[in-house]
Amino acid sequence: MGLKQPDRRAFLKRGAALAGGLSLGAVEPAIGQTPASGQSVEGQDYSSEELIAYGQRSRFVTSKRIPHGGRPSPDEFDLVFHVAAPLQDSVGVITPSALHYVGTTRGSFVPDIDPKEHRLMIHGMVDRDLIFTMEELKRLPSVTRLHFIECAGNRSNRRHTTVQETHGMTSCAEWTGVLLSTLLEEVGVQDGGTWIVAEGVEEVKGASSLPMAKAMDDILVAYAMNGEPIRPQQGFPLRLVVPGFEGILSVKWLRRIKVVDRFYMTYNDYGHLRRDPDDAALSYQIGPKSVITFPSGGQQLPGTGFYEVSGLAWSGGGAVSRVEVSTDGGESWMDAEIRGTPHRMAHTRFSFNWTWDGTEAELQSRCTDELGQVQPSRAQVAEFWGRPGVRGQDNSIQPWRIASDGSVHNAIS
Amino acid sequence: MGAYTMRSLRLLPFLMLVGGGPALAQSPTYGVGRTPSAEEIRAWDISISPTGEELPPGRGTVTEGARVYRLRCARCHGADGTEGRAPRLVKRERGPDVHPWSLGRILPIRSPYATTVWDYINRGMPLNREGTLTADEVYALTALLLYWNDVIAEDEVLDAQSLPMVEMPNRDAWAPLPDWKPGMPRLRGYPY
Repeated sequence: MGLKQPDRRAFLKRGAALAGGLSLGAVEPAIGQTPASGQSVEGQDYSSEELIAYGQRSRFVTSKRIPHGGRPSPDEFDLVFHVAAPLQDSVGVITPSALHYVGTTRGSFVPDIDPKEHRLMIHGMVDRDLIFTMEELKRLPSVTRLHFIECAGNRSNRRHTTVQETHGMTSCAEWTGVLLSTLLEEVGVQDGGTWIVAEGVEEVKGASSLPMAKAMDDILVAYAMNGEPIRPQQGFPLRLVVPGFEGILSVKWLRRIKVVDRFYMTYNDYGHLRRDPDDAALSYQIGPKSVITFPSGGQQLPGTGFYEVSGLAWSGGGAVSRVEVSTDGGESWMDAEIRGTPHRMAHTRFSFNWTWDGTEAELQSRCTDELGQVQPSRAQVAEFWGRPGVRGQDNSIQPWRIASDGSVHNAIS
Repeated sequence: MGAYTMRSLRLLPFLMLVGGGPALAQSPTYGVGRTPSAEEIRAWDISISPTGEELPPGRGTVTEGARVYRLRCARCHGADGTEGRAPRLVKRERGPDVHPWSLGRILPIRSPYATTVWDYINRGMPLNREGTLTADEVYALTALLLYWNDVIAEDEVLDAQSLPMVEMPNRDAWAPLPDWKPGMPRLRGYPY
């Protein structure tokens, strides 16, 4: 294989050059050698040994993450802060690992951890303190689950132009790991152990308090993401995945869990304090939420006719049970089609067949979850709080206006 | 779960014999992992409870804090904690009538417990040199920040006993988190 390869590559390149040259003349497309068509002389060689060993996307696919919230990443201290996923380009429900949003509290360096040296310690109010190597964790019964993670700061406002800006701080991946309940049963939680403190190994040792009820319910101690080890920006080699809760609680680079008897008000907890009990009640669990990703802000419809409107719906309360779409700014609603099986606390793809007649339209989507929670409009949220704008974790309906020229705009007023 | 039950059932006669009923539910199922040493736990156990139980020995004063601050903090936070590239450390307004929530996200004011200030400095500061402050230095810096924000007097000494006793202005002015249970909606009455 190795011996033949260079010759074949050279041949293909010559073929490409030939095709490129000839295409200036009137060459019949029936020539048959389609792999060379459209290939340019300077094109990326996807059959290099390196890319055969570990592939990459086409150089014509340029979708990428962007810094979120006006703060650059890396910043002046080389810290990584918030980076948003390009939801406008998303299909299906999985966010590719390289495009999964990144969030950190105050900004963080991404640690370079040797998994052979990494340990997870569980201690505190337990019958036996235990420390695990990665190898030991992988011996334990595992689960694989689809879950979204969303930053509590994933808020849309009228200055945003694209869905990446309005909603890019959420992503969904397939996570594999050990249920935290499995580990907690192994160490034996003592009476009064009502909270855990989970902590990472990065330079600030980011830590959060979590209620034991959640820890015993569905929290994952994950070592794999989308079929490979979790990537460094996502917490390699080990992280918590706290399904449906604010993203900050899914502690990355996890090295320690302490079982304690109270909310510890530790590093990350302090930054998420709320003054208002209603605001606090909306804080842990992400509300039912959805957004249309096509067509979305900044995109352009080329003309009238048929379009499959497509988007993502999710909820921290469980599985998505219904998604509705409006094309008239929320006056009337029609059921969208849910694509595939909705998973609990996971992005769910929906679609809606629509024929655009060329007149101005306003597209919205509305999610209902298995608990019966319905995604509110911004007006409903403002009415609840008695003031304009959205307080609490923002799960409000996102409106997109289709202008008569086919351009798509954020319609938040 | 299956393995757990089987193992428990096998142990049952023995446990009944020695009267070890409560141990039944607590026996390990997989036997994977090892017991960390007391030293390993002490080295990693850096989360400080509001009760202060994890606080290490040591002590610090405002005067010592000012010395440490000049050497380790002023470069980013400015000479007096009000300027510089890093976040502000001192409240803008003064006076007894100003509510702590109106003073912005300033750690020594917003935090309901002084232990949180100690914990934050200890694990997160100085940027890029985390973990290099001694316990005495963290006590001293905590004292300085609390003094600058009118929380303690200039002559107070902070240690593992006095620090948890400091009365923070935001002590009772924050909303407790919901008592979360599986299958629970977020907030009744919210526009659903």
